Amino acid sequence: MASLETLHISHLPASLPVHVALYRDVQNAPFLRQQLLSGNKDFEYALIDASVVFSRTHALVAVFRAVNDYLNNRLKSRNVHSEIVFSLSPANNIADSFRKFGLTDSTKDLLIIKVSLTPDITHESVEAHLQEHIQGTPVPFDDEILSTIRDVAKIKKVYKLGSLPSSTTKEANGTLSDGDRQLEKCLLGAIALRGAT
Amino acid sequence: MTTTTETYRPPPLPSLFATTTPPPTLLTQGAEAHLYKTVFLDASTPAALKIRPSKPYRHPILDRRLTRQRVLHEARCLVKLIREGVNVPAVLAMDWEGQNGESGQGGSWILMEWIDGAPVRVALERWEAWLAKNKGLAEQNTPQYQEGTTRVRDLLRRVGQTVGALHKAGVIHGDLTTSNLMLRPWKADAEVALEAGECPSVDGDIVLIDFGLAGQSASDEDRAVDLYVLERAFGSTHPRTEPLFPEVLQGYRESYKGAAGALKKLEEVRMRGRKRSMLG
Repeated sequence: MASLETLHISHLPASLPVHVALYRDVQNAPFLRQQLLSGNKDFEYALIDASVVFSRTHALVAVFRAVNDYLNNRLKSRNVHSEIVFSLSPANNIADSFRKFGLTDSTKDLLIIKVSLTPDITHESVEAHLQEHIQGTPVPFDDEILSTIRDVAKIKKVYKLGSLPSSTTKEANGTLSDGDRQLEKCLLGAIALRGAT
Repeated sequence: MTTTTETYRPPPLPSLFATTTPPPTLLTQGAEAHLYKTVFLDASTPAALKIRPSKPYRHPILDRRLTRQRVLHEARCLVKLIREGVNVPAVLAMDWEGQNGESGQGGSWILMEWIDGAPVRVALERWEAWLAKNKGLAEQNTPQYQEGTTRVRDLLRRVGQTVGALHKAGVIHGDLTTSNLMLRPWKADAEVALEAGECPSVDGDIVLIDFGLAGQSASDEDRAVDLYVLERAFGSTHPRTEPLFPEVLQGYRESYKGAAGALKKLEEVRMRGRKRSMLG
């Protein structure tokens, strides 16, 4: 089943493709979290609680920032995958960013991102590994599905954007409403500016 | 004919963009920054890339500090304005360190949302060119001329409202000209109808760009200077539209509560010029 998407993000080196998979109804979150805590190298993924992912662009901007920091030897956390989770955060506290954006024991909807840092990590190898270890339903990584998963109130709280006008109107065919678009732009700005002094 | 001995070569791109295909295209350059058109995340999303190259004649530490300060300042203003709902390009990504690779080349950069359309300057130039070509229509005050004028008046109102929204948010632009005001067409096909001798379209949202000289201030003085600079820009760039400039001020007046104070101050600024009194 073609659940894993492999993409090249503009400007990032062609040698660093990014693999993304979205799962719903994940059953083994505690097991996956345990692998992260024990530092199991086979489970070097960015494991993100999808309820705090607003859109495809939101997630990919965090990847972009993390990989750029990786290329410039500026990682603040252990590796580029933990850095992706950290990059989603508007604040500088790493542990706190993992709590808010990372996988928890109760995570049901999970966004998995893997950057191929070495050529032996391929679409096939990542797909096989995920298929074996993720107990959940793979779904396409697109805005329409993310919009049914995301918790906008929680996202606004984490980014301290409570005063933004909330849009209750849903636009048809998966396009963002004006309010959604403004919120997304605020998220991107917060990610870009994190750590600025 | 002039003979150029050397073609201009912009400074090398920061390493991240050096291998981008197709390469970013240079749009304009100023003393401080180069503006490129490129894409973001995927090849179908256009984006504006503003690079502040490092200046080789400055001491490296000072250079890094200055560019970092300025690029961050600009990004902070934009992010704040997005939050306040003012029409400005969103910040998509940035790098303020500006020390890419061993060469130390490159500079800091901001990737911004691409704004469709043309500067208000171009829209007004088209309108003035049309006016010049159709003098008869103006003299006879035909319906076509009246309609055109009404639309330009509306445009100027929107300019005033947008500047008002900016000031309301506590930000001063610092370099308000009609080149730094974009006209983002409501309809995608607004480029047509020019050849047909019809009045060029001035429909669209006003989007403010280039916050390189922006600052945070809520003082009437600073706001008035912003308006004064815009007024002077109109006078020198759009002589035929200048008589309509009061429309800008009217749009501004209606846009927020403190506008009256800034407009009152504007009268004072007009008397003395942009610079504050310099005694002694």
